[in-house]
Amino acid sequence: MTTTLEPQTFDCRQAFAETLIDLARADDRIVAVCNDSVGSSNLVAFREEFPDRLVNVGIAEQNMVGVGAGLANAGLVPFVCAAGPFLTGRATEQIKTDVAYSDRAVVLCAMSPGMAYGELGPTHHSIEDLAWMRAVANLDILVPADPAQTRAAVRWAAGSKRPVFMRVGRHKVPGVSDPADPFVFGRADVLSDGSDVTIFATGTPVSRALGAAGLLARQGVGARVVNVSTISPLDEATVLAAARETGFVLTVEEATTTGGLGAAIGEIVLRHHPVPLRMLGVPRVFAPTGDNDYLLETFGLTAEGIAAAVLDLRN
Amino acid sequence: MLAPDLEQAARWRHVTAISDPQVLTESLRRAANASRATTLQMVSAARLGHLGGDMSVLDVLTTLYGSVLRVDPENPEWPERDRLIMSKGHCSEALYATLAWAGFFSPDELRTFDRPGSALNGHPNRTYVPGVETNTGALGHGLPVGVGVAVGAKLQQLPSRVFVVLGDGELQEGSNWEAAMTAAHRGLDNLTAIVDRNRLQQGARTEDTASLDPLAEKWRAFGWNVVEVDGHDHLGLRDALIAVAAGRPTCLIAETVKGKGISFMEDRVEWHHKVPTADQLATALEELSR
Ligand SMILES: Cc1ncc(C[n+]2csc(CCOP(=O)(O)OP(=O)(O)O)c2C)c(N)n1
Repeated sequence: MTTTLEPQTFDCRQAFAETLIDLARADDRIVAVCNDSVGSSNLVAFREEFPDRLVNVGIAEQNMVGVGAGLANAGLVPFVCAAGPFLTGRATEQIKTDVAYSDRAVVLCAMSPGMAYGELGPTHHSIEDLAWMRAVANLDILVPADPAQTRAAVRWAAGSKRPVFMRVGRHKVPGVSDPADPFVFGRADVLSDGSDVTIFATGTPVSRALGAAGLLARQGVGARVVNVSTISPLDEATVLAAARETGFVLTVEEATTTGGLGAAIGEIVLRHHPVPLRMLGVPRVFAPTGDNDYLLETFGLTAEGIAAAVLDLRN
Repeated sequence: MLAPDLEQAARWRHVTAISDPQVLTESLRRAANASRATTLQMVSAARLGHLGGDMSVLDVLTTLYGSVLRVDPENPEWPERDRLIMSKGHCSEALYATLAWAGFFSPDELRTFDRPGSALNGHPNRTYVPGVETNTGALGHGLPVGVGVAVGAKLQQLPSRVFVVLGDGELQEGSNWEAAMTAAHRGLDNLTAIVDRNRLQQGARTEDTASLDPLAEKWRAFGWNVVEVDGHDHLGLRDALIAVAAGRPTCLIAETVKGKGISFMEDRVEWHHKVPTADQLATALEELSR
């Protein structure tokens, strides 16, 4: 199982691209900005329909984010799209100063986050992004878990008057959200109830966490699975209720455990209701060579790995 | 113009010592095409890679390792070595094939390209691969690092020269121009930037994306010595690469063709990172064997 760089069939990006076009048809303030990534950001159809409203600045991410901030200043609604590692790593200061500190309603779209580009190596892995972006004030952070949530998150972000950072996944994921109610900003959704442990997951690992809950149920362990699709601001009430009611907390993310979802939840739990907590993700290492599936397995981010981490936590 | 004494400086065994220009050209041509074939096979097996830019840059890499660089594959960290920094790290396959050819590791290793746990990642990693000087993959990092090496060599009065291979699209990253200023300001005549001017980037032509022309004038305006060369002419490349302009860094703008050597890939943007079918692979290998 290897990934290719062909952009066609990956659901969340498809959902992202279609929604952006729908929005652009209805509102001519919607513009896209990218870094030689028209194909990998699924913006080909957008460019065909709105050639003037796509600004491809070339391979120049700092410039790209600054241009996005300028477009917002001019009254437009920019979606700035680039592979996650380069958008966040390369342009952190522009994100901080031009977008967040200047309070510009730019939607920063980190494409193919986590280790979606497995074999391309750590330069192409976007695992620090959640930690980096969480450290920036005045920035909302969204990680939709499936295509339906992606659609809703894009619509929400277009209407937000605030700086937004959003991850848009590359690999196909099963639907996990309730189609009737797929994304509510700031709310973490309990996907399956349980009283023995809570698994908080974000993005691609959410469906794997559900799989883990199934495995655990067979062993008599009731796992509550919570999809955290808004990382900032975090749904404190849901987090604390889970800590109180289940007594054990596991966090799961396709990101480094230093500063991401796990840290965010840990901060709340520690402050208000300390319980045993474990973070699953990429420890502070650079990943070996391998495709996405291999790497998720390596770091225990499979249903089996998550279930094993839960049992370990409860012992 | 100074030309380092190649005979004396050569520490290894391939084609460096060949003095007959025709024999040298033919040796380099064959070596570059052999590396092209190897690269194609690596990418076909891994179902991943950046063939277009591999093909355009392989004559430059082969000429460097075959007739210019003072490096010692047996002692990759030899302090007095010349440095090759592959700033366009997405063309790792081309670099790996060249390093294996130059003797840094066994060509058998190339089979593991992109496999789980392999040293040969889609972008070069110096921790795992002998001969790799710095990790690249995010564009726009090679030239600043090259400036640092060049300043360091000057401070220590080492004879090392530094060569940085840049993509033309990559020049859209501002970090290159920051480094270009430092290099000229410090008179780094031990530094040569080589721009693989294939005029294509990932999604389109460079001139249709964020145009670079007049590229030579830009580098000149930044204080560099600029030489425009045919990036597939080994002898011309060799001469340009060994030449040094006293007191100034040199930029070679190597005019190249993306996908060079394979008829259906040449100058086609989609071959930036497409993987050939079995039929296409066979055709390409046949064309390269000529
Ligand atoms: C900072 C950064 N932004 C974007 C990319 C994605 N990317 C990989 S290769 C490439 C195009 C490079 O074009 P060029 O430098 O002209 O190389 P070549 O055509 O020789 O392959 C892009 C945009 C990257 N690797 N790094």
